[in-house]
Amino acid sequence: MASLILDDIVIEQGQHRLLSLDTTVEPGEVLTVMGPSGVGKSTLLAYIAGFLSPAFQAQGRVLLDDTRIDTLPAEQRHVGLLFQDPLLFPHLDVAGNLAFGMVREGTRRQRRERIQKALASVGLEAFAKRDPATLSGGQKARVALLRVLLSQPRAILLDEPFSKLDAERRGEIRHWVFERVRHSRLPTLMVTHDEADAQATGGRILRLTERGIAMGTTDQEART
Amino acid sequence: MNAAFTYRLIVGTLPWLTIALLSVPVAAGVLGALTPAFGWLPALGGDHLSLAPWRQLAQVPGLFDMARLSFVTGLASAALSLGLVVLFLGSFLQTPLYRRIQRWLSPLLAVPHAAAAIGLAFLLAPTGWAARGISPWLSGWAYPPDYAFPGDAWGLSLILGLVVKEVPFLLLMSLAALVQCQAGERLTVARSLGYRPLTAFLKGVMPGLYPLLRLPLYAVIAFATSTVDVAMILGPTTPPPLAVAVVGWLHDPALSMRFMASAGAMLQLLLTLAALLTWWSLERLVARASRGWCRDGRRQCGDRWLGGVAWLAMRAVLGLMMAGLAGLALWSVAGYWPFPHFLPWPPTAHNWLNAVDGLISPVWQSLGVALAATLMSVVLVLGALEAETQRRRPMRPWAQLILYLPLLVPSVAFLFGLVMMQAQVGVRPGLGAVIVGHAVFVLPYVFLSLAESYRRLDPRWSQQARSLGAGPWRIFLRVRLPLLLAPILTAAAVGFAVSIGQYLPTILLGAGRVVTVTTEAVNLASGGDRRLTAIYALLQLLLPALGFLLAMLVPRYLFRRRRGLLPSAD
Repeated sequence: MASLILDDIVIEQGQHRLLSLDTTVEPGEVLTVMGPSGVGKSTLLAYIAGFLSPAFQAQGRVLLDDTRIDTLPAEQRHVGLLFQDPLLFPHLDVAGNLAFGMVREGTRRQRRERIQKALASVGLEAFAKRDPATLSGGQKARVALLRVLLSQPRAILLDEPFSKLDAERRGEIRHWVFERVRHSRLPTLMVTHDEADAQATGGRILRLTERGIAMGTTDQEART
Repeated sequence: MNAAFTYRLIVGTLPWLTIALLSVPVAAGVLGALTPAFGWLPALGGDHLSLAPWRQLAQVPGLFDMARLSFVTGLASAALSLGLVVLFLGSFLQTPLYRRIQRWLSPLLAVPHAAAAIGLAFLLAPTGWAARGISPWLSGWAYPPDYAFPGDAWGLSLILGLVVKEVPFLLLMSLAALVQCQAGERLTVARSLGYRPLTAFLKGVMPGLYPLLRLPLYAVIAFATSTVDVAMILGPTTPPPLAVAVVGWLHDPALSMRFMASAGAMLQLLLTLAALLTWWSLERLVARASRGWCRDGRRQCGDRWLGGVAWLAMRAVLGLMMAGLAGLALWSVAGYWPFPHFLPWPPTAHNWLNAVDGLISPVWQSLGVALAATLMSVVLVLGALEAETQRRRPMRPWAQLILYLPLLVPSVAFLFGLVMMQAQVGVRPGLGAVIVGHAVFVLPYVFLSLAESYRRLDPRWSQQARSLGAGPWRIFLRVRLPLLLAPILTAAAVGFAVSIGQYLPTILLGAGRVVTVTTEAVNLASGGDRRLTAIYALLQLLLPALGFLLAMLVPRYLFRRRRGLLPSAD
C-alpha cells in the first residue's frame, strides 16, 4: 500500500495565499484537516483529487509513493472521494452504483458476485436492487464508501462525510468508515469542522488558520 | 485515437458547428437577398448593380401603409406583452396562481403560432364562437354581424394574436432570468422594507431582470414586425403587412419580380432594425426617467388596481387561446352549423373521415422534418453545453447574440436570400434544405430550454464519477445524460413543437416539394373551408402534444423505480 505525499503544496487565490502544506499520510492513517470556513480545506481536497477550480493556483507535488499524480487527469489518479452527500446516482440501483465504481475485472457474473459479497459485508445484501432514494442516511453512506473501495483507490479523501448524518447514527458510521479504511490500509485525508470526528480518528490533526498556516497539533510536520 | 481524445475532439467541434448552423445561413441569406436587391442576380439576367428594384418597390401602391402596419403592430404587441408579463410577475410572483401558470408554460409555448392564430380567427370572426355566445340574447344578432375582425385595417386582431403567443414566451424566458437575477432575494429585501409587492418588483427586481430579458424581447419584436403566417391569418389584406407582401412577390410567376422582392426583403430588415432601434431608444428614456422614481421612497404605485388589471388581462390572454383551441375542435366535428347556434349539433366524424387520405403525407413529412431537425439540434446543443461545462466558463456575450441571431434577423429576409443562393449554387430545394432550415429555428429554443438545467447539474456528480475512474465518455453517457434525461426530452419536445409550427422555411426552402400540416393549415386558413382548416390546425397541436406527452412519460417509465429522479422528488 502507498503513502500519500503532499510535497510542498501551496495554494493561492490571486495574490492571497490560502495554505501551504508538507506532509505524508501513511497507509491506514486517517489525517484530519480542520479550520474555519474559507481557509482552503475543501480546495486542498479538490487539488489532490484533480478538481481544482481555475480560480486557484497550486504548486507542489502530490505523490502516491513515488508516482506523481497531480499531473494526471482526475480519473487516472485512483483517489477515492467521499462528499458530505453520498451522491449515489439516482438513475442506478444500489448494485448499479457499485458496478459503476467497480474496476472492470473478470466476467459479469464474477463482478456481480463481488458486488453481492461487498453488500453482504455491510449487511446490505438484500438491497442490491433497491432505489438509492429509499435508503437511510447511514445505508447511503455505507454504499458510497463501498463504491469508492470497489474502484480500488490508492488513497481516500473525505470531505465532511458525516456532517449530514443524524447524531444517533453518526458515531456508528464514523467508526465503521475509519475501520474500513484502516483495514484497507489506505492513506486517508479527512476535512471536517467537527472536533468529535477528528478525535475519533485517533490520528494526527492539522489545523489550518486564516493566515494560510497549517499547524500540526500532534506532530511538528505542518509548517508555515 | 483514444477515447478521451475523441471526446475532446467532438466536444470541441460541436460548439463551432452550432455557431456555424446559426450564423452561416443567416449571413448567407442576408447576402443572398442583398445583391438581387441592387439588381445583381446573373441567373435571372441581373449582371450589373442598379437601384431599379428599389424604384420599382417605391411605386408599389400602399407600400408605406404596409411598412407602417408591420412597424406599429410589431412594437405594440411587444409593448403590450412585456407590460402584461411585468405586471403579472410583479403582482403574482411567489403565489399559487403564478405556479399554476408556470406549469402550463411549456405546453402553451408549444402551440404553433398558426394554430393559435386560426383558433383566434375562428373565435372572433363574425360567425365565430364569441359572436354566437352573445347572440341573439345579448347582441340581438340573428345573422352574423358585419364587422371586419379579424383582418381589421388597424391590425388590432394581429396585435391580439401576437400578444397571445408572446406572453407565454416572455414568461418562460423570465423563469430562468428571475433565478439569475436573484429575484426572490431582491423581493424579500424590498418587501421587508415596506414596499408593496408590485412596487417592490418594479423598483427592486426589474432593474436586474430587464437586461436578462432584453434579447428575448428583441426576438419578439423581430418576429412580430416580420411575421408571415400569423399575419396571413389575422392581418389585413389591403394592404397586408410588408412581410406577407414580400412572400407574395417572391411567388409571383414573373421571375423579374424577384429583384423587387429582394428589395422588399431588405426593406423588411431595415424596418425591423428601425423597430429595434426605436425600442432601444425608449428603453433608455424609461431607464432615465425611472431612475429618480426608484429612489423616491414611495412604497406603492397603484398596486391593487394594476394587480387587478394583470389578473384580468392574463386570464383573458390564456382564455382566448384556450377558447380558440376549443373552437377548432368544434369546427372539426361540425356539420351544418347555422348562426347563432352555440354548438354544432349533431357532431359528425364526416370531416375527419373525408380528410384522412389527404392528411397522411403532410403528417409524415411534418414528423420526418421535425424529428430530424430536433435530433440535429439536440446533438449540437448537448455538445455546446458539454463544452461550456468542460471550460467551466459561462457563454460569452457574442455567442449569446449568435444564439439569438435567427430570432433577431427577420426570417423573411434571410430565408428569401437563402432561396436565391440555393438557386445560384445549384442546391435543389427539398427535404434536406427544409430540415436544415428548421434546425436554424429549432436550435435556439432547444438551447434556451436545456441550458439552465444543464448548467445547474451539480458538478460533484461528474467529480464523483471521475474519482471512481470514469472517463469523459462514460461520465457523459452514463451520468450526465441519464440525470438530465427529463430536461433533455422536454427541450426536444419544445424543439419538435417549434419545427412543427414552421411555415416560412418550409414553403421557401422546400419550394412546394415539402408539404407539412402547418403549410396546409395556413394555406387553407386563407380559403374558406373552416372544417378542414380546423382539422389541420388541430393536427398542428396534436403532434407537439404527443411530443410533450412522450417527454413526460419516458423518464417516468424508465425511472419508475428511482424516486430520486421522479418530478415529485425535486
